[in-house]
Amino acid sequence: MTQGLTTVAYIAAGVLFILSLGGLSSQESARRGNLYGALGILLAIGATAARMSGGYPLLAGVVVVGALIGATLAARVAMTSMPELVAILHSFVGAAAVLVGFATYLAPGQALTGVEHTIHQVEIFIGVFVGAVTFTGSVIAFAKLRGSLSGSPLLLPGRHVINLLIVAASGYLLWRFLAVSEPLGLMSLGIMTALACVLGVHLVVAIGGADMPVVVSMLNSYSGWAAAAAGFMLSNDLLIITGALVGSSGAILSYIMCRAMNRSIASVIFGGFGAAEGAAPTHGAAPVGEPTPLTADEVAELMAEARSVVIVPGYGMAVAQAQHPLFEVTKLLRARGAEVRFAIHPVAGRLPGHMNVLLAEAKVPYDIVLEMDEINADFPETDVVLVIGANDIVNPGALSDAASPIYGMPVLEVWRSKVTVVMKRSMASGYAGVDNPLFYMEDTRMLFGDAKKNVDAILTALRERGRAAEAA
Amino acid sequence: MKLGVPREIAEGERRVAATPETVKRLIKLGFEVLIEAGAGALASFPDAQYAEAGAELVPDARSLWSASDVVLKVRPPVESSELGVHEAELLREGATLISFIWPAQAGPLLDRLAARRATVIAMDQIPRISRAQKMDALSSMANIAGYRAVVEAAAAFGRFFTGQITAAGKVPPAKVLVIGAGVAGLAAIGAARGLGAIVRAFDTRPAVKEQVESMGAEFLDLAFEEDGTGEGGYAKQMSQAFIDAEMALFEAQAREVDIIITTALIPGRPAPTLITRQALELMRPGSVVVDLAAEAGGNCELTVPGELTVHQGVSVIGYVDLPSRLAPTASQLYGTNLVHLLTDMGGGENFRVDKEDEVVRGALVLDEGQLCWPPPKREAPPAPPIEPAPKPIAPPPEPAVIARRRAKQSALGLACCGALLALLGLVAPPAFLGHLTVFVLACFVGWQVVWNVTPALHTPLMSVTNAVSGIIIVGGMLTLGGPLTSAATWLSAAAVLLATINIAGGFLVTQRMLRMFQK
Repeated sequence: MTQGLTTVAYIAAGVLFILSLGGLSSQESARRGNLYGALGILLAIGATAARMSGGYPLLAGVVVVGALIGATLAARVAMTSMPELVAILHSFVGAAAVLVGFATYLAPGQALTGVEHTIHQVEIFIGVFVGAVTFTGSVIAFAKLRGSLSGSPLLLPGRHVINLLIVAASGYLLWRFLAVSEPLGLMSLGIMTALACVLGVHLVVAIGGADMPVVVSMLNSYSGWAAAAAGFMLSNDLLIITGALVGSSGAILSYIMCRAMNRSIASVIFGGFGAAEGAAPTHGAAPVGEPTPLTADEVAELMAEARSVVIVPGYGMAVAQAQHPLFEVTKLLRARGAEVRFAIHPVAGRLPGHMNVLLAEAKVPYDIVLEMDEINADFPETDVVLVIGANDIVNPGALSDAASPIYGMPVLEVWRSKVTVVMKRSMASGYAGVDNPLFYMEDTRMLFGDAKKNVDAILTALRERGRAAEAA
Repeated sequence: MKLGVPREIAEGERRVAATPETVKRLIKLGFEVLIEAGAGALASFPDAQYAEAGAELVPDARSLWSASDVVLKVRPPVESSELGVHEAELLREGATLISFIWPAQAGPLLDRLAARRATVIAMDQIPRISRAQKMDALSSMANIAGYRAVVEAAAAFGRFFTGQITAAGKVPPAKVLVIGAGVAGLAAIGAARGLGAIVRAFDTRPAVKEQVESMGAEFLDLAFEEDGTGEGGYAKQMSQAFIDAEMALFEAQAREVDIIITTALIPGRPAPTLITRQALELMRPGSVVVDLAAEAGGNCELTVPGELTVHQGVSVIGYVDLPSRLAPTASQLYGTNLVHLLTDMGGGENFRVDKEDEVVRGALVLDEGQLCWPPPKREAPPAPPIEPAPKPIAPPPEPAVIARRRAKQSALGLACCGALLALLGLVAPPAFLGHLTVFVLACFVGWQVVWNVTPALHTPLMSVTNAVSGIIIVGGMLTLGGPLTSAATWLSAAAVLLATINIAGGFLVTQRMLRMFQK
């Protein structure tokens, strides 16, 4: 295969990737988009393979094994574990970038001289650095999401100094790396890799569980930049294009998440947000009044009589796996002629769009699942709002209490509805450690206990009512 | 702990202090509930329903009163003509009575109860604080009275409320004036609006204007500055000049409207006279006045408490038992108020009269025979939320200033980028610049494309970009071709393996997710 044909194939693959991301603009075209992406990558692999100078048996063996592992992972993963899967896949990209960097350094390449040689070295160095940070950062994010590591931020004293020292040390190693010729730089490269691994761990360990959506999208972005760096070191435009696409996609997601949490992107990158402020909970205005608890039967009664219902799911719904009975409840209510909709806050769950996937898994039609901006204006006309396992994203203090740590964060204004029912395990505060005045409001009712059990109980009560109505 | 619910014996009283539903909740709270046979009959709750709910039926009043630790009632105790004894005498020595009491006018009754060493909690004295709203029986009864006032008015009024255009001609809508927009007034506004009338409302407290308008009524403004907001959100007495202006307004309205519903009460005083004989005579024949303040003397000069009278063709309704006329609902709401109060007092197991509790203390009239009403004024009611010190937040800068600052920043950013690029252009080899071009353009394309992704698909977006970043496989493949003995080959093989997992896993899981999204 000639160089020209390969380049053309790469261009086609690049276009297919762009089409793939473009396809995700709506649910109708999304599946086609995914196919475009897969087609693009097959094309790229084919074109690259055609130019290889041998090693096909090894390639075939490795690819078959990898594809099998990947397919198994994809088929087995539960939708609630999507954040973990995404995190671990990021770590693979990071690790691959590190390996490619080392391999490129060791492989006898074209003889470059002067500035070109230096630039090539710098590219390798940067690629390995970004790859290593992505790798260990993602592994830690994975462990945190799985719960193998505690979700609470670990804050070492002088953590910013530690980060700066690591970056400075890496800069020094780069200088050493450039000073020596080919295999001798391996030591600098290796030490830097180790340091970058530590940096990745340290950055993510310092970030709390509720900030995970931002972290995962940041790592998504990093994995893209790692691929782009690899593209530079290999002079491969396709890698550059793809890396840039993925990198900017991750950056946009991080930006959206940060805006939804009212935090600056820097505070998430450098870690430790929410810890300093969250350490002193409830230093805003103390809520007045006391919560009004209800039983599941009473909630069922409220919902049965409502003409319009909005359900606000949060991470608690995912943990309790309550989405399936919830949709049964939705179907019953819709059959009775009530309007039932779901309201999704951008940072509900542990991954951007996580709630949408869980609801889709439960077969909730996506046209009744609305974003915060679409539904906030409708709350005053809503009879009943059911909040399931969410806390900070429905905190009125975010709008009204300037002393609250989450002041300024856009929230779902559920309290404007006629009645809000909050399903919660206990009165404990959310991740931000802020007390929620919503629970003490006059029109708020609390339903304590496991979300799944409670939704099941509501479902049973509604079915009984339905049967009683039929019998009558 | 035994709760007793006797039949109400006051004349014309149809309500009862517990319904089968509240009985269930009381039993859940740990109480034993005794109920006098026939107690709920007039409120359409037959004995069988109480029995089913778990209450024990007691055939006669005497044994019920003597067996109960706590007696729940609606009306204050009265002389029973049937038994020839005052209800207060039936109360067991040292027992607790929870009921409407009206302690200000109930001197002799309190003496009788004190003689029984009774503990008495007056539902009419529950303080008006937000925590006690769920126990506020006055509000729940006022709500019913307001609704019923409209129903009574409609019955006495010979026309439609709603305007209609029929084949037989046009019927104009009724015009309703509601004076006093408290709980009862607002309920009346809602009910009258629901029937289709044009509703106007007046209140001396300007703060309720918004509430009135939210119910769909027009708020009548008096061109006169005086705030009538008194303690606890109730109204206070107004100045003479204000009253004159008010009277003029009512007379003007009397000529126009068909129905006037008055709900003006000032705590501890006789009701103010708002509709004078003169104003009433200005109303058209067939019009109706419903006076919800009849019991306190009436807002209308010609009101006869408890009666419907007609003066020059205008009906004046002075019923004092409006909540009782809606007995099932009134009983249910009152019963629920009682459930909330009893929950607050510790339920069946830990029932106690806690004088530290602001709500209980406020409503406590007799404590084991000791008069403790009116309660001592609480020192400085929870300091009105005065803003602590002027806010240190700097006023947000003008939008124009922000825009200018932004422009300056972005200009600075652009200049920096330009300088950097120029520097690169000077030293970097052309091959690198070519790649840089591709990189920068790809970043921009990605930025544009990804903003169009619907937020609902952000998770699939992450998994697909994940799969796509498996493109790093190409990097692995390019260095894979070397001899098997070289470390580079094996490193590449490992990279290819990881990247393949990514590609296969990422695309397949995305496909799996996207298949779930359906309309």
